[in-house]
Amino acid sequence: MSERIVIIGAGQAGAQAVASLRSDGFTGDLVMIGDEAYAPYQRPPLSKTYLMGTLDRERLFLKPDAFYAEAKCELMLNASVERIDRDKKVVTLKDGITVPYDKLLIATGSRVREIRCPGADLPGVFYLRSIADVDKLRPAFETAKNVAIVGGGYIGLEVGAVARKRGLNVTVYEALDRVMQRAVSKPISDFYDKTHRDAGVNILLNTGVEAFEGQGKLQSIRAGGKSYPADVAVVGIGILPNDLLAKDAGLTVGDGIHVDPHCQTSDPNIWAAGDCTRHHGRDGNHIRLECVQNAIDQAKFASLAMMGQPRPYKEVPWFWSDQYDLKLQIAGLAWPGDQLVVRGDPAARKFAVFHLRNGAVAAVEAVNAAPEYIVGRKLIADGTHVAPERLADMAVPMKNITQ
Amino acid sequence: MPKIKYIEHNGKEHEAEVPEGWSVMEGAVKNLIPGIDADCGGACACATCHVYVDPAWAGKVGEKSDMEETMLDFAQELEPTSRLSCQIKVSKELDGLVVRMPKSQH
Repeated sequence: MSERIVIIGAGQAGAQAVASLRSDGFTGDLVMIGDEAYAPYQRPPLSKTYLMGTLDRERLFLKPDAFYAEAKCELMLNASVERIDRDKKVVTLKDGITVPYDKLLIATGSRVREIRCPGADLPGVFYLRSIADVDKLRPAFETAKNVAIVGGGYIGLEVGAVARKRGLNVTVYEALDRVMQRAVSKPISDFYDKTHRDAGVNILLNTGVEAFEGQGKLQSIRAGGKSYPADVAVVGIGILPNDLLAKDAGLTVGDGIHVDPHCQTSDPNIWAAGDCTRHHGRDGNHIRLECVQNAIDQAKFASLAMMGQPRPYKEVPWFWSDQYDLKLQIAGLAWPGDQLVVRGDPAARKFAVFHLRNGAVAAVEAVNAAPEYIVGRKLIADGTHVAPERLADMAVPMKNITQ
Repeated sequence: MPKIKYIEHNGKEHEAEVPEGWSVMEGAVKNLIPGIDADCGGACACATCHVYVDPAWAGKVGEKSDMEETMLDFAQELEPTSRLSCQIKVSKELDGLVVRMPKSQH
C-alpha cells in the first residue's frame, strides 16, 4: 500500500506543502482537509484590495483547481476535524468520516482573538479573517457612515485606510500608547499615526473599548468613559493559533504547537507549519510568527523532513503592509533594546529604520524603501555589522553600504 | 482574451490566455506554468516573479514604478528587459506578449 500524507488546513502553508511534497518526490496519496468552503487562498488582500472591491474573489486563489488535480491531491473542503487519534493514525471529521494517515501535517493557521465586552455580539460588529468575513463586511460599508476600528494593528489600519478611501468617517480605538505597537518600532508607529490622521482618520490612543451599544444593532461605542457614534465596528485585536486539535491529541502545545527546526511536533509522524506553530527562531527565542513567509517556508521545510531530507529552518522572517500609497516592508524581528538607526526622512514618505543588535543588523522596517529592505534582508541573514553612521548616511547607496 | 507566451529557462514554451486586468504573474500561476514563485501574491514585496520581456515587447509593457525598479536592482541575473511580472497588467495591446523566466527566483 502506498504511503498517505494528510494535511489538516487548507491555507497558505497547506497549499505550499502540496506543491513542495510533490516536487520533493512524494508519490503516495495526498489529502488536504479544510474547514472553509474554498481551496487555499491569499489572506493578505482581504483587508486591502478585496475589501476595496478592486480584486475579484477568483484572483485570491493561490492555485487553480487543476493544480490539485494534477498533484493528485484530494481536497476535502467544508470539513472540520474533530480529533486526531495518534495511536491509530487516523483523523476523524466532525461528521464521523475517518481519514487514515501515515504522516500528518497540521497547518490549521489561526483565528481572530474575540473581544469580550458588553454588546460584542451586536449586529454591526465584524472581524476580518476569511473571504466570508469580508463578504459580510463589504455590504455593511455601503450604508455605513461611522466606522469604528477596534485595535490599531495591521488589520485595523489597513481596513481604516480602505474605509477612508470610500469616504467613511473612521475612528481607531487603540488600547496601547501607539499604533502597531506589537509589530513595529516607535518611529514607524509615529509615521503611520500621522499618515492616518492626515488622511482624516481619528485615532484615540490609550483608549480601550468598554462596550458596543445599540438597540438590536450597533449604534455607538463606549470607550475611555465616553460614547462615540458607530454603525460598523471592525475588531482587529490579534489572532490566536489553532492548536487545540494538537493539544487534545496530546502533542506538546503552549500558545502554538511546538515544533523543532524541522517543523516536527512531539510526535515523530506529525509535523506542523504556519501560524499554528511555535518554534525557536534564528535568534534563539521561542516565537510564534503570523505571516505568509513563515507559512510558505515552514511548509517547505516540513516537506523536506517528511521526505527524509531534513534541513533546519532558519529563514529571515519578512512581512509587508499596504496602507494608502505606502508599502511597509519588514525583515527580521526587533527586540527591545535594539539600537535604532533611521535612514532617510519620514517627511519624504520614504525611509527606513534599522535595528542593530551587538553591532549587527537584526531587523529593518522600510517605508517605500525597497533597497533598504532588500539589502537589509541580506545583512540580517549574514549577521553583518554596519556602523550606525554609515547606515544613516543617505549619500552611501544601500548597494555599497558594507564596502 | 490576450494570449501570453511564457518560456521556461530550459526553453519549454507555454501559451496561456490571461484575462485583461490580471497580471502576467497571475497568468502563469493560474495556468500552472513553472518558473514564477510569487510568494507575496503580487504585492511587489518579494521579487520572486522576475521575467525577461521579449525585446520586441519591451516598449509596450508600461513603465516600472520606483518600487519595482529598486526591487529589481537586487534580483539575480538582471537584463535590460527584466520586469517583475506581478507589475505588468495584461491588456488587449499585450496579446502575443512573450516573456522568458530566469534560472531561479531566489
